[in-house]
Amino acid sequence: MNFETIIGIEVHVELKTASKIFSPSPNMFGDEPNTNVNPIDLGYPGVLPVLNEEVINYAMKAAMALNCDIATDTKFDRKNYFYPDNPKAYQISQFDQPLGENGYIDIEVDGKTKRIGITRLHVEEDAGKLTHSDDGYSLVDYNRQGTPLVEIVSEPDIRSPKEAYAYLEKLKNIIQYTGVSDCKMEEGSLRADANISIRPIGQEEFGTKTELKNLNSFSFVQKGLEFEEQRQEKALLAGEEILQETRRFDESSKKTILMRVKEGSDDYRYFPEPDLVPLYINDDWKERIRAEIPELPDARKERYVKELELPEYDAMVLTNNKDLSDFFEETINAGADVKQASNWLMGEVSAYMNKNYKEVHELALTPEGLAKMIKLIEDGTISSKIAKKVFAELVENGGDPEKIVKDKGLVQISDEGQLREIITGILDENPQSIEDYKNGKDRALGFLVGQTMKATKGQANPPMVNKIILEEIEKR
Amino acid sequence: MSRIDKEQVKHVAHLARLHVSEEEADKFTKQLDDIISMAEQLNELDTEGVEPTTHVLDLKNVMRKDEPKKWITQDEALKNAPEKQDGQIRVPSILE
Amino acid sequence: MSLFDHKLSEIQEWLHNKEISVNDLLDEAFKRIEEVDGEVKSFLTLNEEGARERAKELDELRGTKEGRGLLFGMPIAIKDNIVTKGLRTTAASQILDNLYDPLYDAHVVQKLNDAESVTVGKLNMDEFAMGSSNENSSYFPTRNPWNTDYVPGGSSGASAASVAAGEVPFSLGSDTGGSIRQPAAYCGVVGLKPTYGRVSRFGLIAFASSLDQIGPLTRNVEDNAYILETIAGHDKMDSTSANVDVPKYTEALTGDVKDLKIAVPKEYLGEGVSEEVKTAVQNAIKEYEKMGATWEEVTLPHSKYALSTYYLISSSEASANLARFDGVRYGRRSEKAENMLDMFKLSRSEGFGDEVKRRIMLGTFALSSGYYDAYYKKAQQVRTLIKKDFDDIFENYDVIIGPTTPTPAFKVGENTDDPLTMYANDILTIPVNLAGVPGISVPCGFSSEGLPIGLQIIGKHFDESTVYRAAHAFEQATDYHKQQPSLGGAQ
Repeated sequence: MNFETIIGIEVHVELKTASKIFSPSPNMFGDEPNTNVNPIDLGYPGVLPVLNEEVINYAMKAAMALNCDIATDTKFDRKNYFYPDNPKAYQISQFDQPLGENGYIDIEVDGKTKRIGITRLHVEEDAGKLTHSDDGYSLVDYNRQGTPLVEIVSEPDIRSPKEAYAYLEKLKNIIQYTGVSDCKMEEGSLRADANISIRPIGQEEFGTKTELKNLNSFSFVQKGLEFEEQRQEKALLAGEEILQETRRFDESSKKTILMRVKEGSDDYRYFPEPDLVPLYINDDWKERIRAEIPELPDARKERYVKELELPEYDAMVLTNNKDLSDFFEETINAGADVKQASNWLMGEVSAYMNKNYKEVHELALTPEGLAKMIKLIEDGTISSKIAKKVFAELVENGGDPEKIVKDKGLVQISDEGQLREIITGILDENPQSIEDYKNGKDRALGFLVGQTMKATKGQANPPMVNKIILEEIEKR
Repeated sequence: MSRIDKEQVKHVAHLARLHVSEEEADKFTKQLDDIISMAEQLNELDTEGVEPTTHVLDLKNVMRKDEPKKWITQDEALKNAPEKQDGQIRVPSILE
Repeated sequence: MSLFDHKLSEIQEWLHNKEISVNDLLDEAFKRIEEVDGEVKSFLTLNEEGARERAKELDELRGTKEGRGLLFGMPIAIKDNIVTKGLRTTAASQILDNLYDPLYDAHVVQKLNDAESVTVGKLNMDEFAMGSSNENSSYFPTRNPWNTDYVPGGSSGASAASVAAGEVPFSLGSDTGGSIRQPAAYCGVVGLKPTYGRVSRFGLIAFASSLDQIGPLTRNVEDNAYILETIAGHDKMDSTSANVDVPKYTEALTGDVKDLKIAVPKEYLGEGVSEEVKTAVQNAIKEYEKMGATWEEVTLPHSKYALSTYYLISSSEASANLARFDGVRYGRRSEKAENMLDMFKLSRSEGFGDEVKRRIMLGTFALSSGYYDAYYKKAQQVRTLIKKDFDDIFENYDVIIGPTTPTPAFKVGENTDDPLTMYANDILTIPVNLAGVPGISVPCGFSSEGLPIGLQIIGKHFDESTVYRAAHAFEQATDYHKQQPSLGGAQ
């Protein structure tokens, strides 16, 4: 029997406003516990929430970037559940009137474009952080309580773990382009849960789904789903029933592990938040926010291909990473050749980043530095080979490429007289090579070029060296 | 006819995180049933198409600017906590 | 005669001329409390030390500036569900008891501090404002100063009793379904529930967020109007507080009601309302006629549904508002709790009284899966109909007049067994909260047992001025408000 996989993904993204969603406490990650809290965050008796306007602006931007329809009338609701990290024992969220609905994003898998629907995007407050210890206690830090969140729920349109990965990458990329979140999974500013079920091909109704939680990276999402896909298939083929479970992915064993079996649905007793008044989002407000949305990855990619005449592949690689793409734009704005800039960023720069686990903004290299270096290659001041030395210096310590070239004496020797003198000396020392070349052994020429480069510490202008050696051999 | 039975009362008590003894459950079942029976009178009214009122005032879009402000210290934040440790509030774990 | 029997303007003049001190005013309050609070039991917490300190500061300021407000140096007492920084706040519940410092002052408390009044203590109430007799306080029941066998009403029972007993000249209470007006009626004082959104709720321990309002209880209408002027107004910390100008309510007290168009709902003088109360209210209406006002009978067709509607909505909101008392960050944590679920369940069960538990369970049920539409949503829809009844009347009339309560105060212990009978005390006040309009109770007579009867005057949204004008004119024409209970043998 052949099965089809059905995946839906819920993503929580923290918005990087200066203050929290319902209180003026600073919205900061990584501070001392319980220092960015006030009586509102702590759910003290008598406190009331007041909505941060910027949260709605940011959330609207994200929703628009994901092609959602924006609600005109919307509101907040209380979602009731007890947990120590949830200080009011209700989370202020949105239930039946989410800010955004009916969106989509296009992903590319195996060279094909596929559209994944987005059911809804709603706004809510994040909870505090509960750390479990071994001695039977847990510790609560409320700094994160009240951090603005958007929850983005996909349609069950995803058909493979690979598509799930592509969806998450694309979603993260789009949100990063809008600038409303850092989307750092390691800091929890982007968190993903996935639902997966399988059904025999041709069957209409969905199978029972399991939910994967606590997924710490996109590749764990993919691996967890791959494991789950196979686990469910084996179970069904063995005639077993799939239970509605919440499972987590164990990174060491690469397996999913049961957390709890769901019995019916949770009863959150949602009702409209009486402490907050409704929102009416008129067209002016919507248009003002729409105008603030920067160019998004798909549009940018198309522009790179059409206007900058970059190959499709280059355009895709560059725009998949907003920072890299921004760096690229600044480099060409600083006067670098488009294709050269792309080559360097996709080649040496990316290789360095991967090797050193660094983001492009963490490098000492600046767009101006890269552009200048590219110009030095173009005008023949340095060879491509020497450029690698200059790059190594630039990427580690920054600085002005011209100065590096000068200080390290890396300027290419293109003075014909000077080169002819050096080459004459080398030919004098290697009569056998001249002989060999004349007898048709082309490799001998390579040897002579190598000797010349060695003698000039690689600074000789290579085409000129070739030309002079041949002329001098002719003379002998 | 009873509108709410003892099992439902126990379920509701659990949702509300209230411990109720058997005796209390009996008493609350009777009292809640009386109140809910009274509330059934609302069914006399046809409310088809009537908008529910959450807010009596017609206020909309009450918001504040995104300006961060500190208010209390960590000591104050922890002042009333029954148990604390390392700048955090200590609670028993989910299971013993 | 007590200093508090004088007009505020008179007291201020004496203070300004240093004929009396703020400390003298405190002496008056604390002496009276000493005399009668053993019987009346208004106070949960006294702030004598803090008040004396404050008096010292204020006495230095006497005579320094013309035009200090009328509340300068005046003692005031505050219902215990209004938070006061550094001063014990319990909402009369064991779940808070001594286990919590609010860390901040409620907006109204800041306003009173700015007006340089002096907080002398915190007043008893029904636990979390759930009740109509003060018998639901987890500490002790407050008694009615007119006859201590009787309840003072609730939930702001002690806010009314303390003023009636002359312990303080005025107090703050809160009103969710009648909790200011009903005890004001039972204790023969003036109590106003402002328009929803008129006074900030920031720092009021929430019972039902869409109904709660803070308001003043005083011995006369003028003081009441002045205190509302002081505490009302927009607060950016309360999203439901209206950004509407606060008029000078005291300037509305012209004594002239000739143009006043009064609506008298027939439901308010119908079944369940005692003959004594009916007579007192009918006499009051005649009084208005004498003063040149006109009245007509009207109908509030949905008022009989108000009680059910109110209990479903207020309990639903309360079930969420009171969920924060979970034993984690403040308040009681059960010593028996060995795991997280026990911490929640045992702390809450030990900390809450029966009435609070009952309402939390009712609200949880009304919101739960499968019942939401039938109970909570239905109640919200009926609320719309009730509000419309009021809107319709206010198209043609300035105020609605009727009794505040169906009967005068009942005896302590008389209604404690049956929640439904207890709830029925509020049938005439509840619709006002559901509609969000302002309502006042002023004394309008006494029962054969010598217990006060209250007249309720209800106005349009944000039209407290007309309510006060009508109440003041009636007060000037009568002398019910001048009568005082004989307590402690002193008066």
